[in-house]
Amino acid sequence: MAGYLSKLEALLKTRQFVVCAELEPPQSANAEAIYRKMKYYRGVVDAINVTDSASAVVRMSSLAVSTMLVREGLEPVLQMTCRDRNRIALQGDILGAAGLGVRNVLCLTGDHQTLGDHPSAKGVFDLDACNFLRMVRRMRDDKRFFSGGEIKTEPRLFIGAGANPFAEPFEWRVRHLAKKIDAGAEFVQTQCIFDLERFDKYMEQIRAEGIHERVFIIAGISPAKSARPLEYMKEHVSGLMIPDALIARMKQAHDPQAEGIAVALEIIAHVRQTPGIRGVHLMPLKWASVIPTIVKEAGLLPRPVVDVTAHPVANA
Amino acid sequence: MSMSLLLRDVGYGICYNAERIAKVVLFRCSMCGQCILRSTGFVCPMRCPKQMRNGPCGGPTGGMCEVYRDRKCIWVRIYKRNRFFGQLPKTERRMTPLDWELWESAAWLNVVTKKITLSGESRRTKEEFQD
Repeated sequence: MAGYLSKLEALLKTRQFVVCAELEPPQSANAEAIYRKMKYYRGVVDAINVTDSASAVVRMSSLAVSTMLVREGLEPVLQMTCRDRNRIALQGDILGAAGLGVRNVLCLTGDHQTLGDHPSAKGVFDLDACNFLRMVRRMRDDKRFFSGGEIKTEPRLFIGAGANPFAEPFEWRVRHLAKKIDAGAEFVQTQCIFDLERFDKYMEQIRAEGIHERVFIIAGISPAKSARPLEYMKEHVSGLMIPDALIARMKQAHDPQAEGIAVALEIIAHVRQTPGIRGVHLMPLKWASVIPTIVKEAGLLPRPVVDVTAHPVANA
Repeated sequence: MSMSLLLRDVGYGICYNAERIAKVVLFRCSMCGQCILRSTGFVCPMRCPKQMRNGPCGGPTGGMCEVYRDRKCIWVRIYKRNRFFGQLPKTERRMTPLDWELWESAAWLNVVTKKITLSGESRRTKEEFQD
């Protein structure tokens, strides 16, 4: 697709059903670990989300890991949060990311520092996700810094936001997403879906307001190895809805891993039937090796090939 | 120090402290200097641990804050309050980013001196950010 820099953007705009997956950077300086993991993603997913110290636990920088992926010919979605950086650092990193060949950015507010491994840290939260989105969109489309100063070469990034259908206030979640779209979001990746009833209600409201026609919505799927990570998430990770029936089903399963894959495939089948959903985003819980199995079993292989405009620096 | 400067400083001190005392007691104000209580049904969003002025994060579980689990999410309260008063459009409009230079200043005076708008947004940020 000539004209597009981002493969994800090209696929979505040519009405393909996309597959993304999350890659969690290591809690060490060991880059080998990342290169080893790449085989689970290559040729299997269209884009790889690189988390930015998710749950406020220190990990290798998302920009560094995204750059490694670019150099290996993979397509990263750089996740950036407002927790650790003010507007100056965020803009600097946005420029750096675009310069290094990153083509997609996911703008998030970020998990609060007290929930991670450094609870005594100072949280920044200079901007919130809405204003962060607006800032990046303005940098790209208007070639302006936050301050209004001119940018000679703009960062050409495909801009995404997060959405959580499973947190209160439910009635307002759709309006809140609309606010993010007005601010500049072009694609949206949702929180992990376990509760299909609540998800269907959310999507009904999305369609009623015509929001699915203004943004590409990618559904979040979390395959679990056993009941334990689900129980842990229910207890410790906020803003999730995990039905007790699902945990019970995983507990009773003869082969919990096979059951985890079956559950993920059921949810994928469901969201593919849901009008307004344009792709899936896999967030395996410490189980990256399951990605190829799930994508294959879901009948989403082979992935479509797209030609995008090459990046001069990344190819140098 | 000249008399007029002294008067100005004393005057500012009186205004600042009057606002502070009233708002700290009523709204647990943190003197952000760009008060948006009018748009949020008089629930102060600066009490949110992430100081979110544009709606809730993805964290609230069962309507409770993810950081202070014994407290209601501020944005759940704002949403309910604005729905009750029929003011939801106020919650839907994006607020311009915070102007941290106004921190610890008197919002009432900032309105008078045209540093902020009546809706409580920094005029400078609005201009820079073209909001």
